[in-house]
Amino acid sequence: MNKFSQFLHSSLGNKLLMSFTGLFLILFLVVHLIGNLQLLIPDQGEAFNAYVRIMEKNILIKVVAYALYIAILLHTYKGIDITLRNRKARGGQRYAVKAVSGTTWASRNMALLGSLIFIFIGVHMSNFWYKFKFGHHEGTEFYTMVDTSFSELWIVVFYALAQIVLAYHLLHGFQSAFQTLGLRDGNYTRLFKGIGAGIAVGLPLLFAIIPILMYFDIHPMPDFRVFPGQ
Amino acid sequence: MKLTLKIWRQGGEFGKGKFETYQMNNANEHMSFLEMLDVLNDQLISEKKTPVAFEHDCREGICGTCSMVINGQPHGPLKGTTTCQLHMRHFKDGDTIVIEPFRAQAFPVIRDLVVDRSAFDRIIQAGGYISVSTGQAQDANAIPIEKDVAARAFDAAACIGCGACVAACPNASAMLFTSAKVTHLAMLPQGQVESHKRVKAMVAQMDEEGFGMCSNYGACEAECPKEISVSNIALLNREYLNANLSRTDF
Amino acid sequence: MANILNGKVPPGSISDKWVQYKSTMNLVAPNNKRNIEVIVVGTGLAGASAAASLGELGYKVKCFTFHDSPRRAHSIAAQGGINAAKNYRNDGDSVHRLFYDTIKGGDYRSREANVHRLAEVSVNIIDQAVAQGVPFAREYGGLLDNRSFGGVQVSRTFYARGQTGQQLLIGAYQALSRQISLGSVEMYNRHEMLDLVIVDGKARGIIARNLINGKLERFAAHAVVVATGGYGNVFYLSTNAMNSNVTAAWKTVKRGALMANPSFTQIHPTCIPVSGDYQSKLTLMSESLRNDGRVWVPKKLEDAKAIREGRKKANDIAEEDRDYFLERRYPAFGNLVPRDVASRAAKTECDKGHGVSPTGLAVFMDFASAIHRYGKSKAHNQGMHNPDEATIVKLGEEVIAEKYGNLFDIYNKITGDNPYKTPMKIYPAVHYTMGGVWVDYNLETNIPGLFVIGEANFSDHGANRLGASALMQGLADGYFVLPYTIGQFLANDIRTPKIDPNQPAFDAAEENVRKQIEHFLSVKGSQSVESFHRRLGRIIWDYCGMSRSEEGLKKARKMLRELREEFYRDVYVPGSNNEYNPELEKAIRVADFFELGEVMIVDALHRNESCGGHFREEYQTEEGEALRNDADYAFVAAWEYKGWDQDPVLHVEPLHFEAVELKTRSYK
Repeated sequence: MNKFSQFLHSSLGNKLLMSFTGLFLILFLVVHLIGNLQLLIPDQGEAFNAYVRIMEKNILIKVVAYALYIAILLHTYKGIDITLRNRKARGGQRYAVKAVSGTTWASRNMALLGSLIFIFIGVHMSNFWYKFKFGHHEGTEFYTMVDTSFSELWIVVFYALAQIVLAYHLLHGFQSAFQTLGLRDGNYTRLFKGIGAGIAVGLPLLFAIIPILMYFDIHPMPDFRVFPGQ
Repeated sequence: MKLTLKIWRQGGEFGKGKFETYQMNNANEHMSFLEMLDVLNDQLISEKKTPVAFEHDCREGICGTCSMVINGQPHGPLKGTTTCQLHMRHFKDGDTIVIEPFRAQAFPVIRDLVVDRSAFDRIIQAGGYISVSTGQAQDANAIPIEKDVAARAFDAAACIGCGACVAACPNASAMLFTSAKVTHLAMLPQGQVESHKRVKAMVAQMDEEGFGMCSNYGACEAECPKEISVSNIALLNREYLNANLSRTDF
Repeated sequence: MANILNGKVPPGSISDKWVQYKSTMNLVAPNNKRNIEVIVVGTGLAGASAAASLGELGYKVKCFTFHDSPRRAHSIAAQGGINAAKNYRNDGDSVHRLFYDTIKGGDYRSREANVHRLAEVSVNIIDQAVAQGVPFAREYGGLLDNRSFGGVQVSRTFYARGQTGQQLLIGAYQALSRQISLGSVEMYNRHEMLDLVIVDGKARGIIARNLINGKLERFAAHAVVVATGGYGNVFYLSTNAMNSNVTAAWKTVKRGALMANPSFTQIHPTCIPVSGDYQSKLTLMSESLRNDGRVWVPKKLEDAKAIREGRKKANDIAEEDRDYFLERRYPAFGNLVPRDVASRAAKTECDKGHGVSPTGLAVFMDFASAIHRYGKSKAHNQGMHNPDEATIVKLGEEVIAEKYGNLFDIYNKITGDNPYKTPMKIYPAVHYTMGGVWVDYNLETNIPGLFVIGEANFSDHGANRLGASALMQGLADGYFVLPYTIGQFLANDIRTPKIDPNQPAFDAAEENVRKQIEHFLSVKGSQSVESFHRRLGRIIWDYCGMSRSEEGLKKARKMLRELREEFYRDVYVPGSNNEYNPELEKAIRVADFFELGEVMIVDALHRNESCGGHFREEYQTEEGEALRNDADYAFVAAWEYKGWDQDPVLHVEPLHFEAVELKTRSYK
């Protein structure tokens, strides 16, 4: 085994992989959110439609998209792998009584939260990504497809609930990633925990607000465009 | 004080292990937890039953020998305290107390509450030292070390190697233990020379022993009787990354 | 007179002996070292440092501990510090002064040459420990800090908060771990030495019991080093760890080694008092506390009575009604008199009825004036010119917390009292044993090839040990003395092939151990090992503790013999040999405590003088101070054990004092 693969197979290498992919996914979420916020511009979806068309064509975006798929799969696969290895490390005999001092609910349930998010991603992608890509009928604009979906109450509720799951996952995930990178030390601990909490609340809240407002047909966003020429 | 004790028994007539319940009628609040178990064992011996095996030695909270999980917490409910320093005044008359061994794949049970923690020794043997043979040292004051740096090294070196971190961690990870030694030596100028080699060897050994990975729960810090900080784990992670990125590695 | 022992002290002036001797000693060449095996039993400061250093030299070392890990040895519990004649304070310290203080502190009952060597190598220990990464306390300039300990007037004690022993032991443990990983030391955890094997008059191996499965295992080597600590647990209640025992050392005595000055035991003045019958262990409060703690009892008997009955608190007693008895009796050293003196003074006050705990066996140690003094000085440093009382106390408590925080926490955890607000209650308890297996200047016993180091030997502390000297001695022996002196023996053994463990001497020793184990398992009596140990400890404490008398000692010997007979007849040891069986381990250890206990009494009875920790009521001055008899007792009493049905036989090593003048010890 060469040194690099030795590093990757070590417990810390695995953790670093989780950390890097996780942070990359958070970065994606930020970009995704900015794009989505265009749904709330009161222009009947003009800005959003233009945005999706550009995204579909741009070669750079395509490359990033593949990186994203890999990151999701890697993060999921490693997550499962690590969970199983950790379970084995705990041993066959469980504690009869187990206190949970010092730990947060989120930290103890990362695997569950992650699995739920994975399911959500599946549903989400078949809802939109698949339809945008393959189920796209001439004449139906992207915006209209989104709007149609979010006029169904159960879909809105499903999306909003999924964001709560995401919030808990991020609450532990963000600061944990910095701990794994060795940056959460001394004064930085509070900083990263603070930023992490901000991200964990802010990102999912904004994501959740989009379907809810669309359900009630409220479009409060000032006109902005991600791509200037779109 | 009257207590109901549910204690894990394993080995001998108890085979693969099970809980036994004992009534304790003559505990008092000034006793330490281990003295309470001594009294129980006295009682068992007088009834010609097998006393409960548990490890203990200095009873001053420094040797790290005592190891048991009390009501789900390694070393019991009191923060920053080993089992031997825990006194019965922290329990109430009529309490039921569940006592289990430290449980982890890397800490096999030897008997009742006694586990084998030699995996920790092997982690230290992998590189938890400064390679200086007797007689090679220069004058002790030749290397000044900043007071705060020495204090941070000390804080990490205060680890007693009891294994509570592993017992508390949902993943049975030994990261807090390993990181305490890495930090102790990495903080000091004497420890710099072999720091890359050290951290890689110790992490490799830690993995080899079958400990779990760190998920940054923080249970280890919360249960550590010496209150070793998880910021040591961050430092270990950093050292490990540095060591793997360093030029000397390739 | 009795048989005379030769300490093999090399010639030359006291300050040159060791250096000259070292450079003329026999050496073992590296290629021969590879073929020579050494057994080291015990992994405390002495054992771990010796095993590591011998491994570094190239010997093949087998190292044993009954613990689950070498890092658990009781050296770890030493709190206060380690002495070294570095003179970093510029306060007039020197090797000679450390040597002199130690000889005087030991009440002139130690071997001059050994003590001087100890003082010489003390400086190397600090260097070595720092190089290993031991995080000693430092000053803002980054250099090492020091503090004072009892019985000395300089500041030469290096410390790592209140955990100096832990940090030094971990240093030695790490050095040992390095040798284990390099393959030069083979480590055997959970193995207890139960006999010494002698082949053709030389120590050539041990029988050890594997504590997991009870198997008796044989280990052979060219030499055996025993570093298994002191026997303070003969008193049952002591500050020693629960498992500390005399067994390994005692087995060597039963094979012909000599037990020297066994009655020289140290009672430490500042321990947390006994609280109940269930108690099995006492906790020490470091001597360093006496730097700032003032020891007192109420002057009036009725005040003491009121405190005992809970009607008054310490803080209710007015300043003029307090008797700071150490400051009163010993103005020159005050609260920092040596341990034996401080302990006896506390006992005297309690015997007179001034004791302050419900049992009547405790005195106060008060930090109020130190808190006040430090508070004022810190306020001044921070530029406060007229700080109010509350600020002074707050700042003072911060300083005290920084110095002794962990000790105050321990006290609080055990007693439930807050020592920042109310004085600590303390009482003397058994802490250390100066006596031990007799060794010569090479640390070799009268059995060739058997070396005994650390607390297990008798060598350096005479009749009383000064604070912060135990760590010094353990590491001196292990790092800087034994690795040289063992060569004197091994150099003559380079032609001896690997020792065969399948020879008759090993068979016999193993059979001897097996018989003893079988006996204990077959008695099936009605009383626990612990109960016998407790009763034995009580006898020794009452009659061979802080003060001894001929009448009491004779009575004690009779009581002990009766109790031992009962022990062999009525002890109950559950379980079997071939399993993890702590009760069986204890039974074997308590059996040895009985035999050692009797020799202690015999020794105390024989020494018709008071010196250091040995205080015979018949031999005291009018003021109650110890009365030493240099004309008749300036010697080491080393006892040859002849079995239970015979009296031990006395061997003596006369002590010659050339570099220091024999004087009455005075701390007034």
